[in-house]
Order: sequence, then C-alpha cells, then structure tokens
Amino acid sequence: MDALIKLSGIERIFHLGDSEVHALRHLDLRIHPGEYVAVMGPSGSGKSTLLNLLGLLDRPNAGSYHLEGRDVTTLTPEEQARVRSRRIGFVFQSFHLVPRLTAAENIALPMTLAGIAPAERQRRVERALNDYGLANRASHRPNELSGGQRQRVAIARATVMQPAMILADEPTGNLDRATGEEVMHLLETLNQSGVTLIVVTHDAVLGSRARRQLLMEDGELRHDSASAA
Amino acid sequence: MRAPDLFRFARDAATGNPLRSSLLVLAMSIGVGAVVVLTALGDGARRYVVNEFSSIGTNLVIVLPGRSQTGGFNPGNSITNTPRDLTVDDAQAMLRASAVRRVAPMTVGTSEISFGGKLREVFVVGATAEFIDVRRLSLAQGRFLPTGDWRRGASEAVIGAKIRDELFGSEPALGQLVRVGDRRFRIVGVMAATGQGLGQNTDELVIVPVALAQAMFNSNTLFRILVEANSREAIERAKTQVAEIVKQRHEGEEDVTVITQDAVLATFDRLLGALTLAVAGIAAISLAVAGILVMNVMLVSVTQRTAEIGLLKALGATGATIRRAFLAEAAMLSLAGAVLGYLIGQTAAFLLRQMYPAFPAYAPDWAVLAGLGTALVTGILFGVLPARRAARLDPVESLAKR
Repeated sequence: MDALIKLSGIERIFHLGDSEVHALRHLDLRIHPGEYVAVMGPSGSGKSTLLNLLGLLDRPNAGSYHLEGRDVTTLTPEEQARVRSRRIGFVFQSFHLVPRLTAAENIALPMTLAGIAPAERQRRVERALNDYGLANRASHRPNELSGGQRQRVAIARATVMQPAMILADEPTGNLDRATGEEVMHLLETLNQSGVTLIVVTHDAVLGSRARRQLLMEDGELRHDSASAA
Repeated sequence: MRAPDLFRFARDAATGNPLRSSLLVLAMSIGVGAVVVLTALGDGARRYVVNEFSSIGTNLVIVLPGRSQTGGFNPGNSITNTPRDLTVDDAQAMLRASAVRRVAPMTVGTSEISFGGKLREVFVVGATAEFIDVRRLSLAQGRFLPTGDWRRGASEAVIGAKIRDELFGSEPALGQLVRVGDRRFRIVGVMAATGQGLGQNTDELVIVPVALAQAMFNSNTLFRILVEANSREAIERAKTQVAEIVKQRHEGEEDVTVITQDAVLATFDRLLGALTLAVAGIAAISLAVAGILVMNVMLVSVTQRTAEIGLLKALGATGATIRRAFLAEAAMLSLAGAVLGYLIGQTAAFLLRQMYPAFPAYAPDWAVLAGLGTALVTGILFGVLPARRAARLDPVESLAKR
C-alpha cells in the first residue's frame, strides 16, 4: 500500500536570537491511509512542529514531504492552501471557532472559503449538524455552546470538506474527562470510516488508545510502535 | 471565495466590532459631510453674488471715466483720475449707436436731506428717466423722474423707502418739499423697498435729475453711464460702438473704460469658484485624515483577529482571499461613511437653505462626486497595507495567539 504521508530527512530549525533550535532533526516517517497515530512527547519535543509541517502550515528547512505521492514542499503557498482546503482537517485544543459566526456558519466556513455553491454547503452542513448531534444548536454562537459542543462543531468543520486526514492538536486539552472521552470517541469513529487520524498529545492514556504511537524527544523520533513491533 | 460570501464575511466582520466600525464610519462621514457643506456654502456664495449682480439689470454695458488697461472689474476703475470729463452730452451721443436701446447717465455724491427739522446724510444719485428701466427697479408710490432734456430738469426727487420712513413716518411723502444740500426738491415718488442686497439697494438713496446733481456737486463729469444693449448678442457690438463714439468725441483718445456686466459677473464667478475649490480642498484634508484612520483601525483589526486569520489559512484560505476580505471590509466601511456623510451634508445644506432662504446653499455635483470618490479611494488605498499585512501573517504564529 502506498504511503499517505512520506517524510524523508526533514529538518526544521528555528532561530531564537543567536541560538539555533533544532525543532525537528533527520525525521523519516511513513503513515499509511486509515492509520490512527498518536504523537507523544514532552513539551518542546517538536510534536507540534511536526503537526504544523504535516498540515502544510510550516515548511521544513530541509527534506521532502510527499502527500499522496506528491511532493508538497515545493508547492506555491496558493497550491498549499488548496491542499489544506481539500485534504487536511484541523482540530485544535482551543477549538478556534469564529466567535461572530453561528455553529452552522462555522461548519460551512471551509466550504465558503473554497467557493462551494450555497445549496451544496447547506446540504452538507445539515448532514454534519445531524451527525454530530448539533441540529438544535445550528444558530447558536460559540459563546452559547458548551466546550464539548464547541469541539464537536470544530470536528464537523474539519470533516466537512471530506479530507484524507485529520490533524488534532491536544483535542481534549480544554475539556473535562467525560466530554474528552466523547470527543475522542467521535474522532475514532471517523478513523474507522477510513480517515487517517493523527493526534498530538502528552497524555499517555490518550496516546495508548491509538494503534500506533510515535514518541518525540528533542526533535527526534525516539520510538515508533510500528517499527518496534 | 464567491463574491457574495466575501461581502457577507466582510460585513459580519465589520458589524462584529460595532465601536470600531462606527468610529470609522463617523470619521469618514465627517469628511464627506464637510466637503458637501463647505462646497454648498462656497457655491452658494457664488450663486448669491452672481444673482445679485444679474439683478442690477440685463444686457448692461457700463462706461466709466478714465482708462484702465485691465479687463473686467477693477476697484481702481472707480478712483482713477479722469483726463477728460465724461459728460451728459457723451451719454446722449451714445443713443446714436445701433446696438443700444437705452442709456442712463449717472452721477453720485453725498449730501444732506432735511425736512421738518429732521436732517440726514444721504447718497444722492443724479439720474434720468431711463435709470429705473435700465436698473430694473420699481416704484412704491408716485412716479419716477420725468423724461425730457437731460441738461435741464425740474426740482423733483425720488426717495428710497427707508428715507421715506425716517423723514415722514406715517405722513404722506408725495408732494412734500425737502431740502437736499442747498436746493429744494419736491418728492414725486418713493422707490419700492429692496431690502438687503449687493449694489442695488435703493432704500437709502435720493434720486434727482442728473443736471441738478451735477450743479449741486459742481462737477461736469458723470460717475457712470449705464448702457443697455438691444439684446444679449448685441452686448459686444454695443460695447465697441460706445467706445468708438466716446473716442470720436474725445479727440481720438480712448479715455474711458467700457466693461460689460458679463465681464463683472465672470470675474466674480471665477473668484468665488476659486474660493469654493479652496474650501473643498480644506475639507478634503479631513478625508485624508479619515483615510489614515481607516488604516489605523484596520491594522488594529488585523492584530485583534490574528488567530482568526491563522484559522482561515489553516482552513485553506489563500493569501489573496484574506487580502480581498480585508479590502472589502475597508471599502464597505468607507462606502457607508461616504453615504452617511453625503446625507449629513445634504441635510445641513437643506437646513441652511431653510434658515436663509435667500442663500442658495446647494453643493455642486462635482464636489459631491469628488467627495464620495475620494472617500472610497482613500478608504481602499489605506486598506491595502493592513490587508497585505493580514495576508502575510504566519499561520503557525497566528494560531498560537488567543
């Protein structure tokens, strides 16, 4: 099976004043379609940098990134935006909903940005609202929603463009245990339907739920449960 | 992003922060309103003066003693030394010109009028029967000076409405004998009240036959000869004919100045037109200031919405989309401000017209269009920098902000 993600020789260096920080070094990684991967490690280990890189929000200083067989590191910013729009869904720790937009409008936002026709948007938003149990919350603004509802809106938004993968950065970090469990269950259900799920967390319990664990330390991949097995 | 979605997004973003947006709209509307009101005032002044001068009479050619090289109206014209007198005979000769319909010689001076122990300083105008027609004036009572030989004249006077009120009060004025200077005149008519006006106020005048006025002021020369041409087209012809006649009578020397009413009007028109432009320019400065405010407010908006911009990028928005969204917001706010300012300006001009009905305070179309246009252009122009800054934000850093 062809890899969905193929990273080879990735380097990411930040310059903080005079000192150089190696956020990622010599990173080689393959992730196949449909995988459920947890990226773990202490803070500063480079796991968020890896996620930004996978989400095309950041560029490596060296190395190549092939997404679905296509080298995406050399794309122009406009082409990268297009790939983000069609293939990648983000779920953030702090939800990142637009406060002035309703739940329905927040879910529709990626489609609005992509220029999808209003009728099609309407159809998909309605289905998403039903799927995520938000039907009676459609016209509520984020400040009128509970944390769990907000994250459900964010997940609906991340999936509404039917991406190949979902990148989740500490998706339960701002939620209590019960709602966190509920959100993880939702993401895992998505994964079971075929979407590649990559979760960044420093919670070992949460990480152990994934079929594959990556352990990062000082910008290096210390442990990969797939190669160890 | 589709255009309607873009505009809805920009509108929501603008209304999402009402204080910021309303401040911006207010600044823009003050700028546009200032342009509309100030140009309405300037252009109103121009129209007012032009109207007042038009009401002196129509198709007028004015002959002044003395030569002045400058064309048009010149304050020096009225105080130049006269080498040769401009006489009543000169005026009479002008009647021969084919393009001339009427001629009204005029002389002026100050004197005192007294009646029944009341004494008052007055402007005395020496005129002929034609004066009232040439100047388009009207009488309230009695009749005007009789037609007849310009070199003689009965001791009859026509007085202004205010003089009548002050000297006679409620008593009848017609037929009364008054003393003007050292002469006695019989009042034969009272001019209709003209009220406030430029150069045509007859309320405080005493009009006597020109020959008697000249004798009174011991002078042969006329202050002015008003010549009415046959028609508007005949004005230029009348002007050359009149100049030619005077030249012949004055041994070939052109020692008079002949100006047309049009030239006077054109001068005032230009002068006050320039004034209007100047105030429009001053008002436009407030538009530039509003433009800078647009930039400032939009820059603050970009800073406040950094996380949102990062999110939009993560959701697949290109730099161009974000740039367009911010530009659309700036344009929309500027447009709202411009429209509001236009309404404020027109309302203010309307109120001015209600308060001073004689003053035609209408903003000229060019000023309104220029004001609206400048508002939009500055709004968009000053919106470019913030929009570009937003588009260039690094998504990773932006998303890290809360």
